[in-house]
Amino acid sequence: MKIVVAVKQVPERDTPVRVAADGHGVDAGDAWTMNEPDAYALEEALQLKERLGEGEVVVLSAGPERVESTLREALAKGADRALHIVTPEEGAGSLAERDTLGVAQMLAEAVRGESPDLVLTGLQSDDLGAGQTGVVLAELLGLPHVTLVLSVEASAGAKQIRVKRELEDGWFQHLDMPLPALLTIQSGGNRLRYATLMGIKRARSKETKQMEAVTASARHDEVVRVAIPERTRQTEMLTGTADQIAAKLVERLKAEVGI
Amino acid sequence: MSSVLVVMEQASGGGWHRISREALAAGRCLAAEMKMPCAAAVLGTADATTTLTVQLAGEGVTVWAVEHPLLEHYTADAFVAALQQLVAETKPAFVVFPHTYQVRDYAPALATRMNDVLVSDVIAMNVSDVEATFTRQWMGGKLSAQYRHVGSGPCLVSVQAGSFKANAANVGPAAIEVRKFAPQLDAAQVRTKPGEPFREAARTVDLGSAQVIVSVGRGIGEQDNLKIVEELASALGAELAASRPICDAGWLPMERQVGSSGQTVAPKVYVAVGISGAIQHLVGMKGARTVIAINKDPDAPIFEVADVAAVGDLFDIVPAVTRALRA
Repeated sequence: MKIVVAVKQVPERDTPVRVAADGHGVDAGDAWTMNEPDAYALEEALQLKERLGEGEVVVLSAGPERVESTLREALAKGADRALHIVTPEEGAGSLAERDTLGVAQMLAEAVRGESPDLVLTGLQSDDLGAGQTGVVLAELLGLPHVTLVLSVEASAGAKQIRVKRELEDGWFQHLDMPLPALLTIQSGGNRLRYATLMGIKRARSKETKQMEAVTASARHDEVVRVAIPERTRQTEMLTGTADQIAAKLVERLKAEVGI
Repeated sequence: MSSVLVVMEQASGGGWHRISREALAAGRCLAAEMKMPCAAAVLGTADATTTLTVQLAGEGVTVWAVEHPLLEHYTADAFVAALQQLVAETKPAFVVFPHTYQVRDYAPALATRMNDVLVSDVIAMNVSDVEATFTRQWMGGKLSAQYRHVGSGPCLVSVQAGSFKANAANVGPAAIEVRKFAPQLDAAQVRTKPGEPFREAARTVDLGSAQVIVSVGRGIGEQDNLKIVEELASALGAELAASRPICDAGWLPMERQVGSSGQTVAPKVYVAVGISGAIQHLVGMKGARTVIAINKDPDAPIFEVADVAAVGDLFDIVPAVTRALRA
């Protein structure tokens, strides 16, 4: 089974973010990492290949040169090869200048060239959080899709898979679907692996193919303004040593719940 | 004439999904500002839509009952095809969805099929009589971004739970205008075969009725550190809860998760320890009377909804609170 996993590189979780100078984007510094839901998608692909005892896992990402560190991480964890759609860091053709459709069009072009049995990606990105790229990609590729998938059952050579989807309020559902297909993976369905030293070594000899991005079409939406959100509540800020803060917190807790 | 179309969603157990009423309120507000009529769409079998449309009496909207046997059980393929036809027929300027798991599954594909995009997970809108902008969060709530639709097609938006207030009272005439719409659907178009929904195991923890909750997030760092929040919960007589990543990692059972994919809670006091406060978490605990947040990041979005904020190292503050409670 040939599996393409689309991953996004996002700012590290704890880095301070600022509104970009132009007021339309994010200035997130230069600490980047693999989008966590995509890491779960990669893990599902690697486990699927291991269970089936055959197949290939191709990791795909779009972005500027820095994206290569995320692709290398995926290769070190066990992906067989990587595809890098190269975009400028900013300005025309960059990720920021494309809407969800424009980003998915780039990815679709690369996936078409691979004709995989399965395309996996995370359910959403930790930075923009639109949660749409996978579904839009499926539609562009003409593939059936299921979102919020926790696990995949497949057998070698089969033309069908069964997936377990998370529904709301603690419910789940199995779905059967034909291959090729696209799934967006929900976090928590598997446990993420770390790259081993051997994996990191092996990754050095694995192929990363650079690809040109398709020309960006005009956005269908426009980011008018980006801002730090306004506080909605009057917040009492506690300062001082841990013990001073604790004393004030306990006072408040006693008043609220009579402890 | 241009209009606003709200796509309503049924709850799995019958009736409306709770966010449907909020989406309808958002759609009605948008329509009022834009001076457009507002319609609601209901998808399902004829039996299901008949039962559901009755419940829209008094909302003052036209109802499109989109009926087909293939709409009995949700599939993305049937819903996309049916709604594409309804949109082509009714040509709305705006289509508003509740931001549910189901909508996340099909609305982006619907937008793509119309060569357009969806502005998803909207928490606020700013509407004048000529233009609408929609606010959604970036970076887990650290930034808010205002979007404007610029395409020639309809503007598609999905609204997050708890962002718009559902109409408490009837706002329109009790009589309801129902129009039937029969989409052309073919079983061969539906590629996925959904099974019956199921639960893994009976829920043993009911966080919904807890008076005091201590909830822990990523800031706790590793599983061994959980004992300091367990001790705080025990000293407070509180239930222990968590944000999704803690349950994903298997450090606490999934049933202790608070948020859009977990339980919705409304305690008197909610103590958020090391939780950044992404919208998916906030929608599960907004109902708390008092929110106390402990986090080392002064920009953490949890502080935007906190009544009491302690900016500092949870590994110092949490044990100090436990000690003070026991003293």
